[in-house]
Amino acid sequence: MKPYRYERAEDISGAISALADEPEGAFLGGGTNIVDLMKLGVSTPDVLVDVRRLMSDDIEETEDGGVRIGAAVPNSDLAADPTIRTRYPALSEALLSGASGQLRNMATTGGNFLQRTRCVYFQDTTTPCNKREPGSGCSALDGYNKNHAILGSSEHCVATHPSDMAVAMAALDAFVVTHGPNGERRIPIEELHRLPGDEPERDTILEHGELITAVELPPMGFSSNSKYRKVRERASYAFALVSVAAAMDVEDGVVRDVRVALGGVAHKPWRATKVEEALRGEPVSEENFRAAAEIELSEAEPLSENAYKVPLARNVMVRTLSDLSGEGR
Amino acid sequence: MKLECKVNGENREADGVREGESLLYILRERLDLPGSKNACEQGECGSCSVYMDGMLVCSCLVLAGQAEGREIVTVEGLADENELHPVQKSFIEAGAVQCGFCTPGLIVATHDLLERNAKPSDVEIREALAGNLCRCTGYEKILDAVKLAAAKNGNGA
Repeated sequence: MKPYRYERAEDISGAISALADEPEGAFLGGGTNIVDLMKLGVSTPDVLVDVRRLMSDDIEETEDGGVRIGAAVPNSDLAADPTIRTRYPALSEALLSGASGQLRNMATTGGNFLQRTRCVYFQDTTTPCNKREPGSGCSALDGYNKNHAILGSSEHCVATHPSDMAVAMAALDAFVVTHGPNGERRIPIEELHRLPGDEPERDTILEHGELITAVELPPMGFSSNSKYRKVRERASYAFALVSVAAAMDVEDGVVRDVRVALGGVAHKPWRATKVEEALRGEPVSEENFRAAAEIELSEAEPLSENAYKVPLARNVMVRTLSDLSGEGR
Repeated sequence: MKLECKVNGENREADGVREGESLLYILRERLDLPGSKNACEQGECGSCSVYMDGMLVCSCLVLAGQAEGREIVTVEGLADENELHPVQKSFIEAGAVQCGFCTPGLIVATHDLLERNAKPSDVEIREALAGNLCRCTGYEKILDAVKLAAAKNGNGA
């Protein structure tokens, strides 16, 4: 591992200024991903600024009826929180479907958003990868791409975002609150992560030295009717081939409102807005769910080894929406 | 740097710690506690599982600085002075040890599971131990051991 310095700041503004003059520095939350990437030689920071003890680890209900989650809340605590389990079950289910108990205990809410892709070429420093080494080429385009993206990819990168939690957060209209050199901002999850375009090295829109300090879940009357369904190659401890987070408001057999996000299909949690638009005001039926899913997936561009993800994503959406609508078998 | 933390109930310190050292390395190489095993070093196999402030973690992914001031319990800290912990006895009785490399991590993970859920179902055991890999694939006996330990729990052992 490349030598680096470990630092702790007094407070959040101290942490932000500690990185201001360290272009190769990084924040350290739980460390479950960055420490691994440092061992692999994929991440090579000069300095790690440990921010975990600076940030809130509280889960609080807000005045408007939403929930504010401190960025240092461990994934396991967030999954087990009674308010989250009751009012945002998709989030709890997504968290519990990710990693192992040991990793969920250590990983933070803020850090979960910032984990890097598990594309094998990104993690293997002997192969070209535009995300790790811009301009070197994408090995997955014509290589092992079974687990890669079918939506929104570019000729420069076909990696997927690995987080389960972020997919549920996208479906639940969450925001991250950040503090950085240019002050504080509030970013919808849908805008936090980027599509690769010609800058696949940038996973998110965050600036250098910008720190996620909290996550806000807005009140959503029907978020208690939400669900996360993940398909993977073994029953536990594997990344998603495809996953779906959805929430639905049904009345008298009609979809009043709905939220759908997909995991394992793109460089970011993929908010399926075309499915949502197609279903609002429509009667609940498997045919309607299938037709809506097919609209979203009509733009899919599968690679040599992952065409299976198109029908899989469709079927998982149909099944999840059917379950939420009460039409599930 | 100097690291101070509590390990198995004792205040311990290590001098001259390099910043890149993991808690696992410090336990094994500096604090004379080789029970936690070093296998994958990537947080995947669970062989290095320890408690940090009461939470089960992979010590290979915990940096020295993150362990500062924390309370660590390793597999060496589970037994009484003269008697093995019921979870340890159950692994012996069930024959749940093949090469033994995964065993310390599995014992700490099983201890953690039974603290939270005294009577886990088979599915709950499998899910709770998903982060502990046995390369000998001796999982059936490991499941037997966990169930045996849970049964002893019920008898007040």
